[in-house]
Amino acid sequence: MYRVAITGIGIVSCLGNDPETVGAALRAGKSGIVVDPQRSELGFRSPLTGQIRDFDRSILSRKQRKSMPEFAVWAYASARDALTMAGLSAAEIQNEQTGLLYGCDSSCIAAIEQVDALRLKGETKAIGSGQIFRSMTSSITMNLNTLLQTKGACWSLSSACSSGGHALGQAADLIRLGRQQRMLCGGAQEINWQSMCSFDGLGAFSARVAEPAAASRPFDAQRDGLVPSGGAATLVLERYDLAQQRGAAILGELLGYGFSSDGGQLSVPSEDGISRAMLMALEQSGLAAAEIDYLCAHATSTPAGDAAEAANIRKVFGQKTPPISSLKSMTGHELWMSGAAQVVYTTIMAQQKFIAANINYQEPSEATAGLNIIRATIPQAPRQVLCNSAGFGGTNSALVLAFS
Amino acid sequence: MTEAEVIERIDSSLAEEFELDRTDMTAEANIYEDLGLDSLDTVDMVIVLEGAFDFKIREEEAIRAIRTLGDIHRFVLGKVTENS
Repeated sequence: MYRVAITGIGIVSCLGNDPETVGAALRAGKSGIVVDPQRSELGFRSPLTGQIRDFDRSILSRKQRKSMPEFAVWAYASARDALTMAGLSAAEIQNEQTGLLYGCDSSCIAAIEQVDALRLKGETKAIGSGQIFRSMTSSITMNLNTLLQTKGACWSLSSACSSGGHALGQAADLIRLGRQQRMLCGGAQEINWQSMCSFDGLGAFSARVAEPAAASRPFDAQRDGLVPSGGAATLVLERYDLAQQRGAAILGELLGYGFSSDGGQLSVPSEDGISRAMLMALEQSGLAAAEIDYLCAHATSTPAGDAAEAANIRKVFGQKTPPISSLKSMTGHELWMSGAAQVVYTTIMAQQKFIAANINYQEPSEATAGLNIIRATIPQAPRQVLCNSAGFGGTNSALVLAFS
Repeated sequence: MTEAEVIERIDSSLAEEFELDRTDMTAEANIYEDLGLDSLDTVDMVIVLEGAFDFKIREEEAIRAIRTLGDIHRFVLGKVTENS
């Protein structure tokens, strides 16, 4: 089994479009949540959302973007930045030992646009050439493969809100097994209202409209739902020995990946599902639970979800938990992207030497009491980290990272 | 519309859709080799020309036979004449 190094990261999120800006926001406890008035006009229960600002889509030509939904362009930007940080040239990745694996579970706009075009024009040829490639959940990897010309693994993975976490874990496994030398992996998430309307209809979103920055409050007693968000996150993972040989700056190591499923309900997580993923990840990492010094929680700010994760955390750590924060308190829930984004954010914190707080946490509910939730930024780098993510249907991912 | 006006409308529409450099857009330019279009782009080329001239293109064989920008000019001029 080979060791897996993290050598590059890239991020497009509601906190910023580069690691410096995002790091500054995380350290300051700054929220990226805004009100989108159009959602209220359309009949949404909640107009709260994350928002990508100041993104320059002209990094790709109009022709290149024709086959790409907005989130795939964000994914390209994050991949480009991650490759630059890793110091990998185009020639070094255009080979069979370099693969792509991203988490994505929807591409809503293209599906709507193609149907609207057909109904309006009355012939399929009026739909245009790009929509088929924009409408598929593998849109990220098929487009990145064309743009970057990698020649190894190339597929996308769908597991709801754990898609990004599983994508990283499986990419690491491909390296660990010696089947790929390096992987570009991550997740991306569309933010448009069209992709969020049915989720809003479940009543799962926070309705704290008067205070957008205080709306996402994982583990807090007053939490009333998640805030939808999105963007794109990419990591460059490499075989550790090869990264060392080429003199790459090693940002961290992915020590373990665990997965599990609940075998329970569609939308209510079980009280043991993600604990089994955490234990599997810890076992592969070789670390004991007590050696984890930061837990980057999945907690989305829903009453039931956070309560279930709290119960799962207690199963693994007992009464004395490591410092815990859910970065969704600032970013909102980045859904398909979230499991990958957490690893990018944690790597940023390790680089910039702090651990971000779980903003808006004032007091626990009965179910979340006793957890060591971080209330203020800790001015030291995380060293051994567990990152959780969980998705509808009860599919769970856990990743153990180490930073030196 | 004069022949020059038709050609100008074709070239400006295609230049905008495919982000082409107008100096490359000679009548002899091969749309695949010189202008960098591919078979998917011809789907959008038809949509662009239909939009620019408000006609329907049913001649799929003729479209497939197009190689140069001059071929497009001749095809569209023929359609414009036919419709006037």
